[in-house]
Amino acid sequence: MAIDITKVLKKNQSALLEKWMTNQLADAGLRDDLMSNEDLRVESEELVNSLVSAISYSNLDNAESGDFDQVLEILGGISISRARQGFSPKETGLFVMSLKDALLNLLQQEVKDAKELYTLSNRVGRLIDHFSIATFETFIKGREEVILRQTDEITEISTPVIRVWDGILALPIIGTLDSARTQVVMESLLTEIVETGSSIAILDISGVPTVDSLVAQHLLKTVSATRLMGADCIISGIRPEIAQTIVHLGIDLSQIITKASLASALLYAFRSLKLEVRKVNDGNRFAVKN
Amino acid sequence: MDRIPILRMGQFLLVTIQVDLYDRLALDLEADIVKMVNKTGARGVLIDISAVSIVDSFMGRIIGNIGVMSKLLDAETVVVGMQPAVAITLVELGLPLKGVYTALNVDKGMDLLRSIIQDDVDTADTDDDDDNIAE
Repeated sequence: MAIDITKVLKKNQSALLEKWMTNQLADAGLRDDLMSNEDLRVESEELVNSLVSAISYSNLDNAESGDFDQVLEILGGISISRARQGFSPKETGLFVMSLKDALLNLLQQEVKDAKELYTLSNRVGRLIDHFSIATFETFIKGREEVILRQTDEITEISTPVIRVWDGILALPIIGTLDSARTQVVMESLLTEIVETGSSIAILDISGVPTVDSLVAQHLLKTVSATRLMGADCIISGIRPEIAQTIVHLGIDLSQIITKASLASALLYAFRSLKLEVRKVNDGNRFAVKN
Repeated sequence: MDRIPILRMGQFLLVTIQVDLYDRLALDLEADIVKMVNKTGARGVLIDISAVSIVDSFMGRIIGNIGVMSKLLDAETVVVGMQPAVAITLVELGLPLKGVYTALNVDKGMDLLRSIIQDDVDTADTDDDDDNIAE
């Protein structure tokens, strides 16, 4: 006669939770620095409740069944929040794995027939394995989201458009220029040109470690786009090594105004805007005159 | 049928494109501008595309063509007010619009046209005098 697993679990629900909690708390790797025991208990209880109410003899082999949607949802929520809190995959995995131990333990106590116990344990084991995999998947997804967000933030932060003077924008680029970043650089530069009505943009590449043909192509694109907007683009901060690579790669930058330093680019910009910087004799201040 | 107005402003023609150009409209505009340049003897064409948000390779080529054609009729073309997205698209399409001047806005475009023409007059002063005598 088949054992009614639903009944067994319902009857022992609180015992199961206790056992699971003991299992989890006994683990030496428990991260009570990241999460308090009370929180852990609340999470565990929620999961046990929904699992016990979802499980039945018929869906035991079918983890894809809609009955487990809520369980998977809770698991997903838990693993994503753990990924954000900085738990390791092992710790997250053990969270679910220890539930399996508790469940099997419980079955061992309740089911006396050896054959019955064997098949039931197998099936419960498979079901929990499926949940573990689902947990891992969401855990990794959560981590990837965190990484993606950070990448975006870094791209945003690392390409500030600075108004160095009325009509002159500077854009120091720090780090490697790939297609995605060039896009961000280009967009933020062009938008800023429109907003400020600047007619000169200085692209400073002193923070770019290497310039290969692809990076050069990206730079050329940015310069052309700036020109289409009606502004001039100066590339500054070309280090000697970069000048060498550019020539060795046969990249033609002759159509572009290039300067060695941001200072000389700024000087050029002042000149083309017909601004003059000079030292005022009385006092040590600088003044710009039209 | 739609038609894009071409206004005369002294020596220059002012074209403000306020709708997204479709192919037929762009072709008509090209023909109209060339005819107008010829008729009025304009020295410059200023095209304001600040309201254009969508651009394709065809339109990019038309703008380039207008520049080249006007140049043949001794008029310079300045395109002003390009949206960042449009500029990026054109660059990605490989259409840097060589032969067309660009400026940020109508004001700056007018200044640019004036300075180009001023330069022309300065360098070709003697030629102009000869023409006057011939007339």
